[in-house]
Amino acid sequence: MLGSSAPFDANDVTPVAAGVLSRGGEGMRTVGMKRVGLDTPEMTEDWVGCLVRIRDNRDEAAFVEVFEHFAPRVKAFLMRGGSDNALAEECVQEVMATVWHKSAMFDASRASVATWIFTIARNKKIDVLRKQRRPEPEDLPWGPEAEPDQADIIGLQQENRQLGEAIASLPEKQRALIEKAYFGDLSHSEIADETGLPLGTIKSRIRLALERLRHAMDNT
Amino acid sequence: MTHSINHHLSEKLIAGYAAGTLPEAVNLIIASHISLCDTCRAEVEAHEAVGGAIMERVESAEVSEACLSGALDLIRNGAWSALDQRVAAPDPVLPAPLRDYVGGTLDDVNWRPVGMGVKQAVLETSSEATARLLYIPAGTAVPDHGHSGMELTLVLKGAFSDELDRFARGDIEIAHEDMQHTPIADVSEDCICLAVTDAPLKFKGLLPRLMQPFLKI
Ligand SMILES: [Zn+2]
Repeated sequence: MLGSSAPFDANDVTPVAAGVLSRGGEGMRTVGMKRVGLDTPEMTEDWVGCLVRIRDNRDEAAFVEVFEHFAPRVKAFLMRGGSDNALAEECVQEVMATVWHKSAMFDASRASVATWIFTIARNKKIDVLRKQRRPEPEDLPWGPEAEPDQADIIGLQQENRQLGEAIASLPEKQRALIEKAYFGDLSHSEIADETGLPLGTIKSRIRLALERLRHAMDNT
Repeated sequence: MTHSINHHLSEKLIAGYAAGTLPEAVNLIIASHISLCDTCRAEVEAHEAVGGAIMERVESAEVSEACLSGALDLIRNGAWSALDQRVAAPDPVLPAPLRDYVGGTLDDVNWRPVGMGVKQAVLETSSEATARLLYIPAGTAVPDHGHSGMELTLVLKGAFSDELDRFARGDIEIAHEDMQHTPIADVSEDCICLAVTDAPLKFKGLLPRLMQPFLKI
């Protein structure tokens, strides 16, 4: 269903569809057909598992896997933002080292690994390329007592894949504009008032994860 | 804690914050609002997911071997500077991003009187937009003013009302160009706000115009 050619609306997807939990890795290996210049359907890789290995075992092999997939993407992001090759690679090193050092901060019930690394890269871009301090919101408590359910993690990661599919199936013009807003230098006044992105389900799922954290905080 | 907030961020601001394209002062007021508002925090994180999804899909740039060995060196030997530990103690009025900019709690704010009992403290940000904390005594009106740009006001303590509505802790008012308004603090309590403007304010009347250089806006 995920990889089928039929267009779908991520808003219509039932959260944690019954099939999600039982479906093995094989059935999920069909996404990402439309992408350009990429060799394998990496979105099906277990990046969350790699982050857990980094966090719990300081596993360098897992780090290298994450690096090989994400470093070229982070570099492209920084170069689209105006960095030259040398500065981009220097920033890539720091972004990836941050992934290693802050792995305990990654919350798989609120973000995909790609999303999390994007925010680190974005902050690096603001810091180094825009030469601004980046105000950070209040931290939410994050520790073993707030460990999310496996179902929440799978559901959120699933919705991230569906969001990727939804973006891929947008009309070319609209997708290019969104890519430019996030990857290019579109200023905030050029961003549309309504992006029209199908974010309903992912938003409610993140909201639930935040409520769970608040609840854990109240009980400590 | 967050259920009583009635005035939220616009999708445009949320998308700009997620994409990282806003001026520093605007980022500061958004980070402060989402520290108090989980509804908007979830919106921000959903928009960040768009950034992640795009990062997965755009063409990547080849990375050198030296880049990987440099990263490995950083994780093995890099001195990791205390992971951006926050230093300031909790504060019932200032959320963490504002404590970072004030360099402490409400007691550490460097207030300067600007007349009629109103005090302000300009926070240091990049110059594309200005952020300042405003202290408005109970029952006091901030001079009637219009905007040549956008003005965002986040209530941190007390409440104010203007021609549009009433705004209390956590509420953010987004005032656009051509909007004239006179915010008046509730009579029951002094009001503390964070105000961000991306262009100078236009005050009506002589006295407010004379005050403008002092308000540094
Ligand atoms: Zn809000």
